[in-house]
Amino acid sequence: MALLEARGVNVAYTPARGVRIWSVRDVDVTLEQGEFVGLVGESGCGKTTLGFALTRMLRPPAHLESGTISFDGVDISTLDGEELRRQRRNGFALVLQSGMNALNPVRTVEHHFGDIFNAHAREGEKYLGAAGRTRGAELLDMVRLDAEVLSRYPHELSGGMRQRVAIALALALEPRFIVFDEPTTALDVIVQGAIMQTIKDLQHDKGFTAVIISHDLGVVLEATSRVMVMYAGRIIEDQPSTDLARGAHHPYTEALLNCYADPRADEVRIEGIPGNPPDLSLAMAGCPYEPRCPLAVEICKETDPPLAPLGRGRAACHVRAPAARAVAAEAPGAR
Amino acid sequence: MPADVQQSAVPPLIVSGVSKIYANRGRREKAVVAVDDVSFTLEPGAAVGLVGASGSGKSTLAKMVTASERPTSGSIRFGDIAVERLRAGSKRQFHLRVQMVFQDPYGALNPLHTVEYTIVRPCENFLRMSPRAARSRAHELLETVGLTPAAQYAAKLPHQLSGGQRQRVVIARALACNPELIVADEPVSMLDVSLRAGVLKLLTGLRQERGLSLLYITHDLLSARVVTDEIIVLNKGKIVEQGPTKQVLQHPKDSYTVQLLDAVATPLASTPANAEPQAR
Repeated sequence: MALLEARGVNVAYTPARGVRIWSVRDVDVTLEQGEFVGLVGESGCGKTTLGFALTRMLRPPAHLESGTISFDGVDISTLDGEELRRQRRNGFALVLQSGMNALNPVRTVEHHFGDIFNAHAREGEKYLGAAGRTRGAELLDMVRLDAEVLSRYPHELSGGMRQRVAIALALALEPRFIVFDEPTTALDVIVQGAIMQTIKDLQHDKGFTAVIISHDLGVVLEATSRVMVMYAGRIIEDQPSTDLARGAHHPYTEALLNCYADPRADEVRIEGIPGNPPDLSLAMAGCPYEPRCPLAVEICKETDPPLAPLGRGRAACHVRAPAARAVAAEAPGAR
Repeated sequence: MPADVQQSAVPPLIVSGVSKIYANRGRREKAVVAVDDVSFTLEPGAAVGLVGASGSGKSTLAKMVTASERPTSGSIRFGDIAVERLRAGSKRQFHLRVQMVFQDPYGALNPLHTVEYTIVRPCENFLRMSPRAARSRAHELLETVGLTPAAQYAAKLPHQLSGGQRQRVVIARALACNPELIVADEPVSMLDVSLRAGVLKLLTGLRQERGLSLLYITHDLLSARVVTDEIIVLNKGKIVEQGPTKQVLQHPKDSYTVQLLDAVATPLASTPANAEPQAR
């Protein structure tokens, strides 16, 4: 059985005044035990919102409008309060974008660990005092930090070190599922590479299931075994990383890949993606990528292609995944 | 002096023997040598990349070139201006000719002012234009940076724009007083990968059309390859490698340059290492 299964997830932001924004639309996600999956897309495509939905971290004005999320056989989408907390203790964690802002500036690193141990410890396994320090040092060692960091305040640490602390905090309760939200975005290339390597090693050693959210397809492709590409709140392609590295099926993923080149090549050309993602507060007919798509045909304006099997994965494209066209024709009501 | 030289009067930028030491202020920490004896020349109309990881001194160097920091020793000449000796009063004249594009397009624009106001200000301040002339210049500049139709963007506030559009506004503002040198400090690192190519193309195009010089600061070697003709690799404040961009990247001599190159994500590279995730 899959560790996490989300079906028909819809998330909307409903502001006090103004229009509702459907940030995640009809998303299905299945994560097998021990999988390391990338979730990629441009700013505003809904990838962070989906990551928050999967870990039940959404806060108003965002709300899970419909869908089920089953974690280890338990539907966590409707849990609340103490029950949700117990499930969380049982296994999932989130590493936030930019570790610098995730830490409390007036508390030492040790205090952060203490908070988690106190809040979630089960009977008889409280890591307090010396035991807490030993466990903290152990966790810091996993992310290649010295135990001495325990007594430091966040401002005394570099950006890369703070990000490592944030990862160590997520590991504190030995979660089985971790969502990393842009863990390396604010860091320079060398530190970025080192942190990605640490995450990869940890995932390999501990065997937890992980989703890594990033706008940088290149970074994600090198680390993960499977990549889901999001556009306008939907997953539009889902393929094994090795396949994507040889070329994408969906024209959007293809365009994302064309943003990369080897700086050592004889001729270097990088292509951007012209145009902007659609406004998610407006109703959409047809494929959301159609206005920017070089391959668009008539049907793309009319029906939104469903995610259909293609290659060893899935893609939502009328042109590249003809199965999608067939399915769309059968179910004209599909969004 | 021949006529054609006078026509493109952009002077070279000559940095010689520049160091910057941040002294310890009675603390236990030692003094930090941010930039250590750096020399280079930026020829008129050229694009030079300053490349290095965090803490390599590239941004400190940029601050000294734009006269926001004073070097501890060494000299910076832009034509007949001794940049390291500029006082507050004379900086004004200097900033008419040298402008900066910052890393963070979210922080570089005042959230309370419209795009038009942001670009009109330097026109009025530096060029002493009338409000009407400044407005029409602002609209021209918006067209130049690809924000068309200009009238539609002029009235917008920064939060109504995407990151790429904001960075274009920052570039339009930098162009407002017809600078001869633009210092761009990581102008695309905060942007989505999909938007970077557009901003890089804009910078390259502007350089070719206007003949301005560009000092491009980055840790991203791919964008440096696209934008610059020459790169200078900095490590711990020192120049470790310098030369034509393509040559340096294809045949790096310094191990630090190799390290930077290895850190570049190249998903489509047809190396076997990429096909199977390597266990290091």
